[in-house]
Amino acid sequence: MTELLVGTKKGLFVLEGEPSGAFGITSRHFAGEPVEFATRDPRTGRFFACVTSAFYGPKIFHTDDLAAEWQQGSGVELPEDAEKPLERLWTVVPAEDDDHLYAGGAPGVLFESRDGGTSWELNKAFWEQPTRPEWSPGAGGMCMHSIATWPGDPERVALAISAVGVWLTDDGGETWRNGNKNLYPRYMPEEAREDTLTLCVHNMHRAPKRPERLFMQFHGGVYRSDDAGETWTSIADGLPSDFGFPMVVDPDDPDNAYVIPLVADMDRVTPEGKVRVYETRDAGASWTARGDGLPSDDAYLTILRQAFCSVGAGPTLGLYFGATSGDVFGSGDAGKTWFTAATKLPPVHSVRVA
Amino acid sequence: MAVVRLRAPLSELAGGNRELDLDGATVAEVLRALEREHPGTRGWILDEHGRIREHVNVFVNRDYGREETAVGASDRLHVIPAISGG
Repeated sequence: MTELLVGTKKGLFVLEGEPSGAFGITSRHFAGEPVEFATRDPRTGRFFACVTSAFYGPKIFHTDDLAAEWQQGSGVELPEDAEKPLERLWTVVPAEDDDHLYAGGAPGVLFESRDGGTSWELNKAFWEQPTRPEWSPGAGGMCMHSIATWPGDPERVALAISAVGVWLTDDGGETWRNGNKNLYPRYMPEEAREDTLTLCVHNMHRAPKRPERLFMQFHGGVYRSDDAGETWTSIADGLPSDFGFPMVVDPDDPDNAYVIPLVADMDRVTPEGKVRVYETRDAGASWTARGDGLPSDDAYLTILRQAFCSVGAGPTLGLYFGATSGDVFGSGDAGKTWFTAATKLPPVHSVRVA
Repeated sequence: MAVVRLRAPLSELAGGNRELDLDGATVAEVLRALEREHPGTRGWILDEHGRIREHVNVFVNRDYGREETAVGASDRLHVIPAISGG
Protein backbone atom coordinates (compact mmCIF):
# COMPACT_ATOMS: atom_id res chain seq x y z
CA MET A 1 0.00 0.00 0.00
CA THR A 2 1.26 3.46 -0.92
CA GLU A 3 0.20 6.57 1.00
CA LEU A 4 0.32 9.93 -0.77
CA LEU A 5 0.29 13.35 0.88
CA VAL A 6 -1.29 15.73 -1.63
CA GLY A 7 -1.11 19.43 -0.73
CA THR A 8 -3.78 21.43 -2.52
CA LYS A 9 -5.23 24.90 -2.70
CA LYS A 10 -8.00 23.68 -0.40
CA GLY A 11 -6.35 21.45 2.13
CA LEU A 12 -4.18 18.37 2.53
CA PHE A 13 -5.54 15.10 1.14
CA VAL A 14 -4.15 11.75 2.20
CA LEU A 15 -4.60 9.09 -0.48
CA GLU A 16 -3.98 5.36 -0.26
CA GLY A 17 -3.79 2.71 -2.94
CA GLU A 18 -1.74 0.16 -4.81
CA PRO A 19 0.56 1.40 -7.59
CA SER A 20 -1.69 0.11 -10.33
CA GLY A 21 -5.00 1.90 -10.06
CA ALA A 22 -7.17 4.51 -8.40
CA PHE A 23 -6.28 5.66 -4.92
CA GLY A 24 -8.89 6.50 -2.30
CA ILE A 25 -8.98 9.56 -0.05
CA THR A 26 -8.46 8.39 3.53
CA SER A 27 -8.44 11.79 5.24
CA ARG A 28 -8.46 15.54 4.64
CA HIS A 29 -6.71 18.12 6.80
CA PHE A 30 -6.65 21.94 6.91
CA ALA A 31 -9.92 22.09 4.99
CA GLY A 32 -10.15 25.24 2.90
CA GLU A 33 -6.54 26.31 3.54
CA PRO A 34 -3.77 26.34 0.94
CA VAL A 35 -1.30 23.56 1.77
CA GLU A 36 1.85 24.36 -0.15
CA PHE A 37 3.76 21.26 0.89
CA ALA A 38 3.39 18.19 3.07
CA THR A 39 5.87 15.45 3.81
CA ARG A 40 6.82 12.79 6.35
CA ASP A 41 10.19 12.51 8.05
CA PRO A 42 11.19 8.88 7.37
CA ARG A 43 13.40 8.86 10.47
CA THR A 44 10.63 9.61 12.95
CA GLY A 45 7.40 9.10 11.01
CA ARG A 46 6.36 12.68 11.83
CA PHE A 47 4.16 14.45 9.30
CA PHE A 48 4.72 18.09 8.34
CA ALA A 49 2.44 20.52 6.50
CA CYS A 50 3.27 24.02 5.27
CA VAL A 51 -0.01 25.93 5.40
CA THR A 52 -0.31 29.49 4.14
CA SER A 53 -3.64 30.80 5.29
CA ALA A 54 -4.77 33.74 3.19
CA PHE A 55 -5.87 35.31 6.43
CA TYR A 56 -3.52 34.21 9.18
CA GLY A 57 -0.15 33.84 7.43
CA PRO A 58 2.24 30.92 6.88
CA LYS A 59 2.73 28.19 9.51
CA ILE A 60 4.43 24.79 9.77
CA PHE A 61 2.31 22.15 11.49
CA HIS A 62 3.34 18.69 12.57
CA THR A 63 1.71 15.56 13.92
CA ASP A 64 2.90 12.06 14.74
CA ASP A 65 -0.52 10.59 14.01
CA LEU A 66 -2.85 11.71 11.24
CA ALA A 67 -5.80 10.87 13.48
CA ALA A 68 -4.55 13.28 16.14
CA GLU A 69 -4.43 17.08 16.17
CA TRP A 70 -1.73 18.97 14.31
CA GLN A 71 0.60 21.15 16.37
CA GLN A 72 1.99 24.48 15.19
CA GLY A 73 5.79 24.68 15.13
CA SER A 74 7.14 27.69 17.03
CA GLY A 75 9.67 30.24 15.80
CA VAL A 76 8.59 30.31 12.16
CA GLU A 77 8.80 34.06 11.80
CA LEU A 78 11.14 36.78 10.61
CA PRO A 79 12.92 39.33 12.82
CA GLU A 80 10.88 42.41 13.69
CA ASP A 81 13.19 44.59 11.59
CA ALA A 82 12.47 42.60 8.42
CA GLU A 83 11.10 44.68 5.58
CA LYS A 84 8.11 42.35 5.13
CA PRO A 85 6.63 39.49 7.14
CA LEU A 86 7.13 35.86 6.20
CA GLU A 87 5.12 35.22 3.03
CA ARG A 88 5.03 31.50 2.40
CA LEU A 89 6.64 28.16 3.25
CA TRP A 90 7.68 25.87 0.42
CA THR A 91 9.44 22.83 1.76
CA VAL A 92 10.50 20.81 4.81
CA VAL A 93 13.52 18.53 4.43
CA PRO A 94 15.15 16.17 6.96
CA ALA A 95 18.82 16.99 7.49
CA GLU A 96 21.59 14.43 7.85
CA ASP A 97 21.93 14.67 11.63
CA ASP A 98 19.35 13.40 14.14
CA ASP A 99 16.35 15.61 14.95
CA HIS A 100 17.59 18.26 12.51
CA LEU A 101 15.32 19.57 9.73
CA TYR A 102 15.36 22.42 7.26
CA ALA A 103 12.44 24.47 6.01
CA GLY A 104 12.55 26.90 3.10
CA GLY A 105 10.25 29.82 2.49
CA ALA A 106 9.72 33.25 1.01
CA PRO A 107 11.29 35.77 0.99
CA GLY A 108 14.35 33.54 0.44
CA VAL A 109 14.59 32.25 4.00
CA LEU A 110 15.92 29.10 5.64
CA PHE A 111 14.66 27.81 8.99
CA GLU A 112 16.22 25.01 11.01
CA SER A 113 14.81 22.77 13.72
CA ARG A 114 17.03 20.83 16.13
CA ASP A 115 14.19 19.10 17.98
CA GLY A 116 12.49 17.14 15.24
CA GLY A 117 10.34 20.01 14.00
CA THR A 118 8.71 21.23 17.22
CA SER A 119 10.56 24.56 17.22
CA TRP A 120 12.33 26.41 14.43
CA GLU A 121 14.95 29.11 14.14
CA LEU A 122 15.96 31.33 11.25
CA ASN A 123 19.40 30.59 9.75
CA LYS A 124 20.90 34.00 10.47
CA ALA A 125 23.92 33.64 8.18
CA PHE A 126 21.66 33.19 5.21
CA TRP A 127 19.23 35.87 6.33
CA GLU A 128 22.10 38.36 6.63
CA GLN A 129 23.60 37.77 3.18
CA PRO A 130 25.02 41.13 2.09
CA THR A 131 23.49 40.84 -1.40
CA ARG A 132 19.96 40.29 -0.07
CA PRO A 133 18.81 43.85 -0.91
CA GLU A 134 19.52 43.06 -4.59
CA TRP A 135 17.49 39.82 -4.64
CA SER A 136 14.40 39.57 -6.88
CA PRO A 137 11.40 37.27 -6.54
CA GLY A 138 10.00 35.00 -9.23
CA ALA A 139 6.30 35.00 -10.10
CA GLY A 140 5.57 32.80 -7.09
CA GLY A 141 7.54 34.97 -4.68
CA MET A 142 11.15 34.67 -3.57
CA CYS A 143 10.72 31.02 -2.74
CA MET A 144 13.34 28.73 -1.33
CA HIS A 145 11.96 25.48 -2.67
CA SER A 146 14.91 23.09 -2.93
CA ILE A 147 17.17 22.01 -0.07
CA ALA A 148 19.60 19.28 -1.11
CA THR A 149 21.45 17.64 1.77
CA TRP A 150 24.58 15.53 1.25
CA PRO A 151 24.14 11.91 2.34
CA GLY A 152 26.33 11.26 5.37
CA ASP A 153 27.71 14.79 5.62
CA PRO A 154 25.55 17.25 7.57
CA GLU A 155 27.93 20.12 6.81
CA ARG A 156 27.25 20.22 3.06
CA VAL A 157 23.96 21.58 1.77
CA ALA A 158 22.81 23.16 -1.49
CA LEU A 159 19.81 25.51 -1.65
CA ALA A 160 17.92 26.87 -4.61
CA ILE A 161 15.69 29.93 -4.74
CA SER A 162 13.49 31.49 -7.36
CA ALA A 163 14.93 33.85 -8.44
CA VAL A 164 18.19 34.00 -6.49
CA GLY A 165 20.01 30.95 -7.84
CA VAL A 166 21.95 28.24 -6.02
CA TRP A 167 23.64 28.64 -2.64
CA LEU A 168 26.17 26.26 -1.12
CA THR A 169 27.53 25.69 2.36
CA ASP A 170 30.33 23.36 3.50
CA ASP A 171 30.13 24.28 7.19
CA GLY A 172 26.58 23.44 8.18
CA GLY A 173 25.14 26.81 7.22
CA GLU A 174 27.65 29.08 8.93
CA THR A 175 28.74 30.55 5.60
CA TRP A 176 27.16 30.54 2.13
CA ARG A 177 28.38 31.13 -1.41
CA ASN A 178 26.79 31.12 -4.85
CA GLY A 179 26.92 28.12 -7.19
CA ASN A 180 25.66 29.63 -10.42
CA LYS A 181 28.41 29.29 -13.01
CA ASN A 182 27.13 28.65 -16.56
CA LEU A 183 23.45 29.12 -15.78
CA TYR A 184 21.98 31.05 -18.69
CA PRO A 185 19.08 33.36 -17.79
CA ARG A 186 17.75 34.27 -21.22
CA TYR A 187 15.03 36.40 -19.58
CA MET A 188 17.79 38.91 -18.69
CA PRO A 189 19.48 41.36 -21.09
CA GLU A 190 22.57 39.79 -22.67
CA GLU A 191 24.93 42.21 -20.98
CA ALA A 192 23.52 41.33 -17.55
CA ARG A 193 23.58 37.53 -17.85
CA GLU A 194 27.17 36.95 -16.77
CA ASP A 195 26.98 38.22 -13.20
CA THR A 196 23.29 38.57 -12.39
CA LEU A 197 21.90 37.11 -9.18
CA THR A 198 18.42 36.97 -10.73
CA LEU A 199 18.55 33.26 -11.49
CA CYS A 200 15.18 31.57 -11.48
CA VAL A 201 15.76 27.98 -10.41
CA HIS A 202 12.51 26.00 -10.46
CA ASN A 203 13.69 22.78 -8.84
CA MET A 204 16.96 21.10 -7.87
CA HIS A 205 17.80 17.59 -6.65
CA ARG A 206 20.95 15.76 -5.64
CA ALA A 207 21.74 12.23 -6.83
CA PRO A 208 22.22 10.43 -3.48
CA LYS A 209 24.53 7.71 -4.84
CA ARG A 210 26.81 10.31 -6.39
CA PRO A 211 26.28 13.36 -4.19
CA GLU A 212 28.52 15.70 -6.15
CA ARG A 213 25.90 15.42 -8.93
CA LEU A 214 22.87 17.74 -8.95
CA PHE A 215 20.07 18.10 -11.49
CA MET A 216 18.16 21.32 -12.05
CA GLN A 217 15.04 22.51 -13.83
CA PHE A 218 15.58 26.19 -14.56
CA HIS A 219 13.24 28.90 -15.84
CA GLY A 220 14.17 28.00 -19.39
CA GLY A 221 16.87 25.36 -19.11
CA VAL A 222 17.62 21.93 -17.69
CA TYR A 223 21.07 21.50 -16.15
CA ARG A 224 23.40 19.05 -14.42
CA SER A 225 26.30 19.77 -12.11
CA ASP A 226 29.02 17.20 -11.43
CA ASP A 227 30.98 19.38 -9.03
CA ALA A 228 28.48 19.77 -6.20
CA GLY A 229 26.74 22.77 -7.72
CA GLU A 230 29.74 24.99 -8.49
CA THR A 231 29.25 24.86 -12.28
CA TRP A 232 26.40 23.71 -14.51
CA THR A 233 26.04 22.06 -17.93
CA SER A 234 22.94 22.23 -20.11
CA ILE A 235 21.23 18.89 -20.64
CA ALA A 236 18.09 20.22 -22.33
CA ASP A 237 18.81 18.84 -25.83
CA GLY A 238 16.22 16.24 -26.75
CA LEU A 239 13.39 17.72 -24.69
CA PRO A 240 10.34 19.27 -26.40
CA SER A 241 10.82 22.31 -24.16
CA ASP A 242 13.35 23.36 -21.55
CA PHE A 243 10.62 24.99 -19.44
CA GLY A 244 8.95 23.19 -16.56
CA PHE A 245 8.83 23.09 -12.79
CA PRO A 246 9.43 19.77 -11.01
CA MET A 247 12.14 17.16 -11.34
CA VAL A 248 12.78 13.73 -9.81
CA VAL A 249 16.02 11.77 -9.46
CA ASP A 250 16.24 7.99 -9.00
CA PRO A 251 17.92 7.58 -5.59
CA ASP A 252 19.74 4.44 -6.79
CA ASP A 253 20.92 5.62 -10.20
CA PRO A 254 22.72 8.96 -10.56
CA ASP A 255 22.21 8.87 -14.34
CA ASN A 256 18.42 8.57 -14.06
CA ALA A 257 16.19 11.67 -13.78
CA TYR A 258 12.72 12.81 -14.85
CA VAL A 259 11.19 16.14 -15.90
CA ILE A 260 7.73 17.21 -17.07
CA PRO A 261 8.17 19.84 -19.80
CA LEU A 262 5.64 22.66 -20.27
CA VAL A 263 5.41 24.74 -23.45
CA ALA A 264 7.19 27.89 -22.28
CA ASP A 265 7.15 30.58 -19.62
CA MET A 266 4.36 32.39 -21.47
CA ASP A 267 2.31 29.18 -21.84
CA ARG A 268 2.73 26.96 -18.82
CA VAL A 269 0.84 23.86 -19.97
CA THR A 270 1.81 20.43 -21.27
CA PRO A 271 2.81 20.67 -24.98
CA GLU A 272 0.37 19.72 -27.75
CA GLY A 273 -2.29 18.70 -25.25
CA LYS A 274 -0.28 15.59 -24.26
CA VAL A 275 0.97 14.82 -20.77
CA ARG A 276 4.46 13.34 -21.01
CA VAL A 277 7.16 12.66 -18.46
CA TYR A 278 10.66 12.68 -19.94
CA GLU A 279 13.26 10.30 -18.62
CA THR A 280 17.01 10.29 -18.98
CA ARG A 281 19.09 7.18 -18.24
CA ASP A 282 22.38 8.76 -19.26
CA ALA A 283 22.55 11.86 -17.06
CA GLY A 284 20.86 14.09 -19.62
CA ALA A 285 22.66 13.05 -22.82
CA SER A 286 19.31 11.83 -24.18
CA TRP A 287 15.65 11.89 -23.14
CA THR A 288 12.78 9.46 -23.72
CA ALA A 289 9.08 10.38 -23.55
CA ARG A 290 7.10 8.30 -21.06
CA GLY A 291 3.37 8.63 -21.48
CA ASP A 292 1.77 5.17 -21.66
CA GLY A 293 -1.40 5.66 -19.63
CA LEU A 294 -1.17 9.45 -19.35
CA PRO A 295 -3.69 11.78 -21.09
CA SER A 296 -2.70 12.26 -24.71
CA ASP A 297 -5.56 14.34 -26.12
CA ASP A 298 -6.68 17.84 -25.19
CA ALA A 299 -4.79 17.73 -21.89
CA TYR A 300 -3.32 21.13 -21.06
CA LEU A 301 -2.06 20.60 -17.54
CA THR A 302 0.24 22.58 -15.27
CA ILE A 303 2.42 20.65 -12.83
CA LEU A 304 3.94 22.78 -10.08
CA ARG A 305 7.43 22.47 -8.65
CA GLN A 306 6.62 20.38 -5.54
CA ALA A 307 4.00 18.22 -7.26
CA PHE A 308 6.27 15.37 -8.47
CA CYS A 309 7.92 12.75 -6.28
CA SER A 310 9.34 9.26 -6.20
CA VAL A 311 9.41 6.27 -3.88
CA GLY A 312 11.71 3.27 -4.00
CA ALA A 313 14.34 2.83 -6.68
CA GLY A 314 15.33 0.94 -9.78
CA PRO A 315 12.84 -0.86 -12.07
CA THR A 316 10.01 -0.54 -9.50
CA LEU A 317 10.66 3.14 -8.83
CA GLY A 318 7.31 4.72 -8.01
CA LEU A 319 6.59 8.12 -9.59
CA TYR A 320 3.65 10.34 -8.67
CA PHE A 321 2.64 13.81 -9.83
CA GLY A 322 -0.36 16.09 -9.53
CA ALA A 323 -1.62 18.95 -11.66
CA THR A 324 -3.48 22.17 -11.01
CA SER A 325 -6.41 20.44 -12.75
CA GLY A 326 -6.77 18.30 -9.60
CA ASP A 327 -5.58 15.11 -11.27
CA VAL A 328 -2.91 12.86 -9.73
CA PHE A 329 -1.02 10.29 -11.80
CA GLY A 330 1.29 7.47 -10.80
CA SER A 331 3.67 4.86 -12.12
CA GLY A 332 4.92 1.74 -10.34
CA ASP A 333 7.50 0.79 -12.96
CA ALA A 334 9.84 3.77 -13.24
CA GLY A 335 7.62 5.58 -15.73
CA LYS A 336 7.07 2.81 -18.29
CA THR A 337 3.32 2.76 -17.63
CA TRP A 338 1.06 5.18 -15.80
CA PHE A 339 -2.32 5.17 -14.08
CA THR A 340 -4.68 7.84 -12.80
CA ALA A 341 -4.53 7.84 -9.01
CA ALA A 342 -7.11 10.58 -8.38
CA THR A 343 -9.19 13.20 -10.17
CA LYS A 344 -11.28 16.19 -9.19
CA LEU A 345 -9.09 17.28 -6.29
CA PRO A 346 -8.50 21.02 -5.80
CA PRO A 347 -5.45 22.42 -7.65
CA VAL A 348 -2.47 20.31 -6.56
CA HIS A 349 0.48 22.15 -5.02
CA SER A 350 2.56 19.21 -3.83
CA VAL A 351 2.75 15.42 -3.87
CA ARG A 352 4.92 13.31 -1.57
CA VAL A 353 4.86 9.64 -0.59
CA ALA A 354 4.39 9.28 3.17
CA MET B 1 -11.66 46.18 29.69
CA ALA B 2 -12.63 45.80 26.04
CA VAL B 3 -14.46 42.72 24.84
CA VAL B 4 -12.67 40.83 22.04
CA ARG B 5 -14.82 38.56 19.91
CA LEU B 6 -13.16 35.76 17.96
CA ARG B 7 -14.29 33.19 15.44
CA ALA B 8 -12.75 29.82 14.59
CA PRO B 9 -9.90 29.02 14.23
CA LEU B 10 -8.82 31.95 16.42
CA SER B 11 -11.27 31.07 19.17
CA GLU B 12 -9.80 27.56 19.29
CA LEU B 13 -6.31 29.01 19.65
CA ALA B 14 -7.66 31.16 22.50
CA GLY B 15 -8.64 28.18 24.59
CA GLY B 16 -12.08 27.81 23.03
CA ASN B 17 -13.10 31.35 24.02
CA ARG B 18 -15.24 33.22 21.53
CA GLU B 19 -15.26 36.27 23.78
CA LEU B 20 -12.56 37.61 26.10
CA ASP B 21 -12.15 40.68 28.30
CA LEU B 22 -8.76 42.25 27.65
CA ASP B 23 -6.93 45.45 28.62
CA GLY B 24 -5.39 47.93 26.19
CA ALA B 25 -5.74 51.53 25.04
CA THR B 26 -5.38 50.72 21.32
CA VAL B 27 -6.25 47.85 19.01
CA ALA B 28 -2.58 46.76 18.94
CA GLU B 29 -2.36 46.78 22.73
CA VAL B 30 -5.51 44.71 23.09
CA LEU B 31 -4.28 42.19 20.51
CA ARG B 32 -0.91 41.97 22.25
CA ALA B 33 -2.78 41.29 25.50
CA LEU B 34 -4.59 38.48 23.67
CA GLU B 35 -1.24 37.03 22.59
CA ARG B 36 0.10 37.18 26.16
CA GLU B 37 -2.97 35.44 27.56
CA HIS B 38 -3.18 32.90 24.74
CA PRO B 39 0.27 32.48 23.12
CA GLY B 40 -1.21 30.20 20.46
CA THR B 41 -2.69 33.29 18.76
CA ARG B 42 0.75 34.86 18.30
CA GLY B 43 1.44 35.54 14.63
CA TRP B 44 -2.14 34.88 13.53
CA ILE B 45 -3.71 38.38 13.70
CA LEU B 46 -0.61 40.59 14.03
CA ASP B 47 2.41 39.79 11.85
CA GLU B 48 6.07 39.95 12.89
CA HIS B 49 5.95 43.73 12.67
CA GLY B 50 2.91 44.09 14.86
CA ARG B 51 0.70 44.98 11.90
CA ILE B 52 -2.74 43.52 11.40
CA ARG B 53 -2.46 40.91 8.65
CA GLU B 54 -3.62 42.09 5.26
CA HIS B 55 -6.61 39.78 5.07
CA VAL B 56 -7.80 40.11 8.65
CA ASN B 57 -10.27 42.82 9.62
CA VAL B 58 -10.51 44.21 13.12
CA PHE B 59 -13.61 46.25 13.88
CA VAL B 60 -13.97 48.48 16.93
CA ASN B 61 -17.69 48.22 17.44
CA ARG B 62 -18.97 48.88 13.90
CA ASP B 63 -15.97 50.71 12.43
CA TYR B 64 -12.77 49.36 10.83
CA GLY B 65 -9.91 49.62 13.29
CA ARG B 66 -6.18 49.91 12.68
CA GLU B 67 -3.34 49.15 15.06
CA GLU B 68 -3.43 52.64 16.56
CA THR B 69 -7.22 52.97 16.85
CA ALA B 70 -8.21 53.93 20.39
CA VAL B 71 -10.14 51.38 22.41
CA GLY B 72 -12.33 52.22 25.40
CA ALA B 73 -13.43 50.00 28.26
CA SER B 74 -16.91 49.55 26.81
CA ASP B 75 -15.77 48.83 23.22
CA ARG B 76 -16.09 45.52 21.43
CA LEU B 77 -13.35 44.31 19.07
CA HIS B 78 -14.44 41.91 16.36
CA VAL B 79 -11.66 39.96 14.62
CA ILE B 80 -13.00 38.67 11.29
CA PRO B 81 -11.30 37.22 8.19
CA ALA B 82 -11.58 39.59 5.24
CA ILE B 83 -13.94 38.83 2.39
CA SER B 84 -11.17 37.79 0.02
CA GLY B 85 -9.49 34.72 -1.37
CA GLY B 86 -10.28 32.28 -4.14
